[in-house]
This record gives sequence, structure tokens and C-alpha cells, in this order.
Amino acid sequence: MNFEAKINKFIEILIDYKGYVKVIEGLENTLKIAILGLVIGIVIGTLIATVRVIPKYKTLPRVLNSICTFYVGFFRGTPMVVQLLLFYYVALPLMGINLPSVSVAIAVFGLNSGAYISEIMRSGIQSVDYGQTEGGRSVGLSFATTMMKIVIPQAVKNILPTLGNEFIVLIKETSIVSFIGAADLYVAFNYIGSNSYEFMVPYLAMAIIYIVIVCIITVLIKFMERSLKKSDRRN
Amino acid sequence: MIDVIDLKKSFGKVDVLKGIDIKINKGDVVVVIGPSGSGKSTFLRCLNCMEDPTGGQIIFNGVDIADPKVNINIHRRRIGMVFQHFNLFNNKTVIQNIMLSPVLCALSDRRKAIIRNIFSKKKEPVRSKDEIKKTEKENAMKLLARIGLEDKANAYPSTLSGGQKQRVAIVRSLAMNPDVILFDEPTSALDPEMVGEVLEVMKELAKSGMTMVIVTHEMGFAKEVGSRIVFIDEGVIKEENNPKDFFDNPQDPRLKEFLSKVLI
Repeated sequence: MNFEAKINKFIEILIDYKGYVKVIEGLENTLKIAILGLVIGIVIGTLIATVRVIPKYKTLPRVLNSICTFYVGFFRGTPMVVQLLLFYYVALPLMGINLPSVSVAIAVFGLNSGAYISEIMRSGIQSVDYGQTEGGRSVGLSFATTMMKIVIPQAVKNILPTLGNEFIVLIKETSIVSFIGAADLYVAFNYIGSNSYEFMVPYLAMAIIYIVIVCIITVLIKFMERSLKKSDRRN
Repeated sequence: MIDVIDLKKSFGKVDVLKGIDIKINKGDVVVVIGPSGSGKSTFLRCLNCMEDPTGGQIIFNGVDIADPKVNINIHRRRIGMVFQHFNLFNNKTVIQNIMLSPVLCALSDRRKAIIRNIFSKKKEPVRSKDEIKKTEKENAMKLLARIGLEDKANAYPSTLSGGQKQRVAIVRSLAMNPDVILFDEPTSALDPEMVGEVLEVMKELAKSGMTMVIVTHEMGFAKEVGSRIVFIDEGVIKEENNPKDFFDNPQDPRLKEFLSKVLI
């Protein structure tokens, strides 16, 4: 079969055999898992990073800190596929919970990226001059308020490029969720391929879709960076 | 107003403060001088528990704030602080810098008042959020007018000169209506040209009766504005006197040596 015929076959399955429904569903799941995972990850990561920079001469921060160390150690120490399988086939059945695979994927992606983002966020918080914290505390703000209103906004500005990186990694990493039976882009194009016994064009199309998504995200991040640079002299 | 009793502070094995006793009354302008490494900055930072004291008491308005069980944030509202490196919030405009804490504190007081109103028959008046923001904004503009920087209200700190930043930092601490303001070498990071404008604001504050504790190397300013001068060396107060006797007739040998080097 020459290349033109392969493309025609691909288009035929995509349109006539409702392949596009699968693709749209896959795209939707991919974006859902990556975006919600990132949001959960940012929340968890910010909390962990904050715990890690609390002064540690009291018991509670110390206990929290060791919990966070364990958490980060676990999620950075095992592959995401293993975590997906562990959650879907071990942890949730043991707890007697039955969740759709996409929800499990969102949760695992959130927990996993939380571990990575916590380290990114910690470096961001530490890049903000300690004087900012002192300034906030000196006017009577609590540690938490100082973090939330003054330090973390400045930290986020500093780590935005790295955070964008993490988002891109997440988008691409979604291609492993088929391990627990969630239908993402890979599943969609694999379906088209196996129906035509012809994988060249479907996988090429899949790659192009990923590249397009990542390009869009890159532009969005650039845009956000620029609008956050307002308070900088160098803009 | 502030009663410091046997204040001690050590960093690890290094004893920086070895027992400081001083009484700061309302309206006092206490100027703290001393060689570098003597513990004068540490002493000042202990007064609002920026550094937690390792021993002794700091009685502020009748409460020992050195006690770790005390909610220090409530008391820090009444103790302003001005830093060597300004420490203005870089992500906020000048006016937001000044308003931030007053508004947040008023909002948290408002929440508490609303909760109290639920449980008691006597209803206390509760201001609306907009009202709080409006009054604090007016107050902030008034303060900015006082230092002649109304036109910079919406500028970010990174666009201000050092002197302007320090003046904004001073009114930021003033916005909380503090009982006392602590100054930690407020002019040491400034260009010589800008020192004057900051000292001018501080002089005016002193004249208005504000209680101030100032760590500085500006001896002329200390002499002119201080109501009491304190010399700290090796973690203890070596000499404490009124400005005239302090500079004209120093007793402590270390102070004599220090003054002979500083006053050329």
C-alpha cells in the first residue's frame, strides 16, 4: 500500500467508521487527566513546599515534614505506571472503592505531580528573599498569610517556566493510562490502527496532535509569564 | 511600655545577648549604637520576636511577648518595624503595601465580631468590607501625602529609589497605628544623598511623639533626635545616658574608644 492509500484508509476509518468519536473522547480524557492532575498537583505541591519551609523547632512541623518526606520519596521513587497499577488494582479494591479508571488516573497524576511540584515550589519559595517573609511578619501577618499573599505569588512567578515543563510532561505521560483501561489519545489511534491493520498514519497523526497541544501550552505559558512580570522593572 | 528583663539570645553556642535590661517609656526615642557584631541588631529584632529570645522577658503593654505561647501576631500589629533593606512586598504596589496588613487585620477582626454577635445578645456594629477597604485606602493616601509620594501610589517598589522605598516602609509600619516603631539601621543601605530624606521623616515622627527604638550609625542624628542613647557591646549594655552626657562625657572605656573612632 502506498502512502496515499494509507491516508485514505485512515480518513475512511476516522470519518465513516466514527473513529473521530474515539479521538475526541481520547483528547478529552488526555486533557482532563493532565489539567486536573496539574491543578491537584499544584495544590498538594504548594502545601508540601510550605510545610518544608516552616521553621522546625516545634513538634508538629517536624512530624508534618517527615510525612511529606515520605510522600515525596514514594511518588518520586516509583514509576507512574506502577503507581497507576497499585492504586487501581491494589489500594482501591482493598479499600472496597470502585472508581472509573479516568478518575483514578486523575488522582494518581495529581498525587504524582504534587511530589514533583513540591520540590519546584520549594525552590521557588527559597528564591524569594527572606526579607519578604520578615516584612510580612513584622506587620502582624501570620506565617500562613505571609506565604499566601506575599511569598508564594512571587515564587510562582519565578517557577512558571518549570511549572509549564511539568504540565507538558503530564500531557505526554497520559499515554500510559491505557494500562488501567482509560481511553486516551493512544487508545483512540490504536483503535483506528487495529481496524485498518495499518498503524503508520494513525500514530503519525497522534504525534502531531501531541505536538500541537504542547505548542499551544507553550504559547499560553509565555503569555502568563508576560502578564505576571508587571511588578518587575525588567519587562 | 516595653520592659526588657534579662534578655538573652544565643545562636547555637554563640551567646549574642548576655542579659539586657532596659525600660522603654512612651514617647522615648532610644538610639542604640555599638560596634558591629555587638548584638544591637539582634537586640532590636528580639523586641518584636523576629528572633525568638532564648531567655528573659519582654513585657509589652503588660504581656510577656517572649513567651512562645503568646500569639505574637496580635502584638506585632502594635510594634512597627523598619528594615535596613526595606523589605517592601515586591508583588504589591506602594498603596497595596501600606493597606495590606491593616485591611487583613480589620477583616479578621470583623469575622471575629460577626461570630461574637451570633452568640451574644449585645450586637456590636460591624463595618462592611468595602467600608474597611475605603477607610484604609484613605488612610494610606494620607500617609503617602505626609511623605510626598502620593503620585507613586500605584507604582511597584522596584521602580522607586532607595530613599523612597524606605519612606514607604516607614509609613507602612505607621499604617498599623503602632505604639512603637523599631528601626534596624534604616539608612545603612542608602546612597548618601538619600539618607537626609529618610532621617527627615524620622525626625518628624519623633517630634510627633512616637516611641522609637533606633539602631543606627548616624551619630549626628542620634545626638539630635535621641532622648536616650544606649551603647551595646559584647551582648550587654555598657552605657546608657542622655545624648549630651553620652557624647561629651562617656564613662565606659570601650565607648570612649568607639566614639574616638566614629566621631572624627
